[in-house]
Amino acid sequence: MQDSRNIVTPLLFAVLAVACVALAVGDLLIGTTNISFGDVWSVLCGTAEDEGLRTIVMRMRLPKIIVATAAGMALSASGLQMQTLFRNPLAGPYVLGVNAGASLGVALFTLATPMLGIAAMPWLVSFGVTGMAWIGSAAILLLVMSLSRKIRNINTILIVGMMLSSAISALVGILQYMGTDESLKAFVVWTMGSVSTVTIEQLRLLVPVVVVGLVLAIAVVKPLNMLLLGESYARTMGLNVTRSRALIFLSTTLLAGTVTAFCGPIGFIGLAMPHLARITFRTADHKVLMPAAILWGGVSMLVCTIACDIVARSGVMLPVNTITSLLGIPVIIYVVLRNSNRR
Amino acid sequence: MIELRDITLAFGDRELMRGASATMRRGELVALLGRNGTGKSTLLRAIASLGRVQGGDVVIDGKPLADITSQELARKVAFVNTERVDVEALTAFDLVAIGRAPYTDWMGRLGEEDRAIVERSLRLAGVENLMWRNVETLSDGECQRVMIARALAQQTDAILLDEPTSFLDLPNRYELCMLLQRLAHEQNKCILFSTHELDIALTLADSIALVDTPNLVYMPTREMVASGHIERLFNSDYISFDPDSHSIRLHR
Repeated sequence: MQDSRNIVTPLLFAVLAVACVALAVGDLLIGTTNISFGDVWSVLCGTAEDEGLRTIVMRMRLPKIIVATAAGMALSASGLQMQTLFRNPLAGPYVLGVNAGASLGVALFTLATPMLGIAAMPWLVSFGVTGMAWIGSAAILLLVMSLSRKIRNINTILIVGMMLSSAISALVGILQYMGTDESLKAFVVWTMGSVSTVTIEQLRLLVPVVVVGLVLAIAVVKPLNMLLLGESYARTMGLNVTRSRALIFLSTTLLAGTVTAFCGPIGFIGLAMPHLARITFRTADHKVLMPAAILWGGVSMLVCTIACDIVARSGVMLPVNTITSLLGIPVIIYVVLRNSNRR
Repeated sequence: MIELRDITLAFGDRELMRGASATMRRGELVALLGRNGTGKSTLLRAIASLGRVQGGDVVIDGKPLADITSQELARKVAFVNTERVDVEALTAFDLVAIGRAPYTDWMGRLGEEDRAIVERSLRLAGVENLMWRNVETLSDGECQRVMIARALAQQTDAILLDEPTSFLDLPNRYELCMLLQRLAHEQNKCILFSTHELDIALTLADSIALVDTPNLVYMPTREMVASGHIERLFNSDYISFDPDSHSIRLHR
């Protein structure tokens, strides 16, 4: 049997890339109100005269599409790295505590500062929810990273990361319990995730950081391939495991940490999309898998935002987190069932 | 090729070997024998630079291990352990291709020559027919051969194997060790494998390294059989070693 993937792989990439662009265009047209292609085109060309139309397209829909695509790509790329590093199909971008760290940052900002009466301090306000979330997730990842230099066994790191997350969740729980109703709502809204609250100014930070994270993710495809066989094999094939781990953690901080800071926790995309990439491309080679997972991440988040918009027409504003869960969970269940049937 | 110079080996606080010396050459199949917990794996891991020796030197090609970079070592010594690699959607070809890592570019792209070496390695290990199968669908015996093909693709002069026969049935154990013997003799490699199969080791290996705590007794197979070391180590109230048939007898 020859390797049929040689023909199928480029075809799949083409289909996914076209789907990504088509969904992005579709998302520009479909919203709480539909806008015709001609109108959108005139806005993009700068010839549109309707100021309201320009605002909707350029300041609302376009940023949202860019954020959704970047978030999906980032989460999927970091999820794939975590699954390979921990050799665990249920690992995702949040296993190291990114989510917990970010939520602690946000909880401190929205819940603790009013309690302490320092909520109005100008330096704190300038950080905002996003800044605090980013600081929180980066702090946790730095902590896990520094611990991982001392810990040889990768599964020990996984357990430490998960326990750290649980401990932080408990702290956040205490803050929630003590918080006022108003501040509690601000926190809960953040935990539901959103891609439409990011401003154009924030995009200037989000996009470059995600791009750097994705470049790092591509740069570690060879280490990831070697790590498929476990760390002993990787080391005897000449891999500097400590350095590779650090690069992978850094990439995940930039990708998952930043996206979570800006959009809140977005569940299951980072967990499910790498699996979808494996199933569709039928490979474990990260040279193919990494770009495939990135494209699947973009496609899936665009689908989710379109679904949100369509539901929103009926007057119900669903948090994007609920849609990503509904989309991602069936994929995970399928993968788990498939794996258990095969053995 | 692999030289142990007066090494001291420990696992945690427990000393396993002291003053162990041996010289293993290319073209030679060496079996590492010893009871459970005597440090066979620890020794193999130390030679592969996955662990450390507490004293003495491991010398590869005349150069102490401490002076060899990990990239350099990856082109001299390959390592195969007992761990089964179960990765979703990983074909045998792709797995063996990962063995080319010390020679490929930053992305790990395969050139024409790399592909030819991967195919040749699969052929040498007798698994070229499994090339496009996913590794998780392979039997333990097939999987072990694919892992050996990966070590071959690494194009090293030495291959270390930690209990390569442990999950295999009896015919597969013999066939795998015959494969190792053939690779040592025909590909002129230095192959060191740890095993509990006394009869296979004594039939097929050129030399035996026997862990007689805290010593490492190293000699050609025939001398080892005649030396009486094996009887002394493996005899108990219930079993004894018969040097003529290379086999273990039960006392009744």
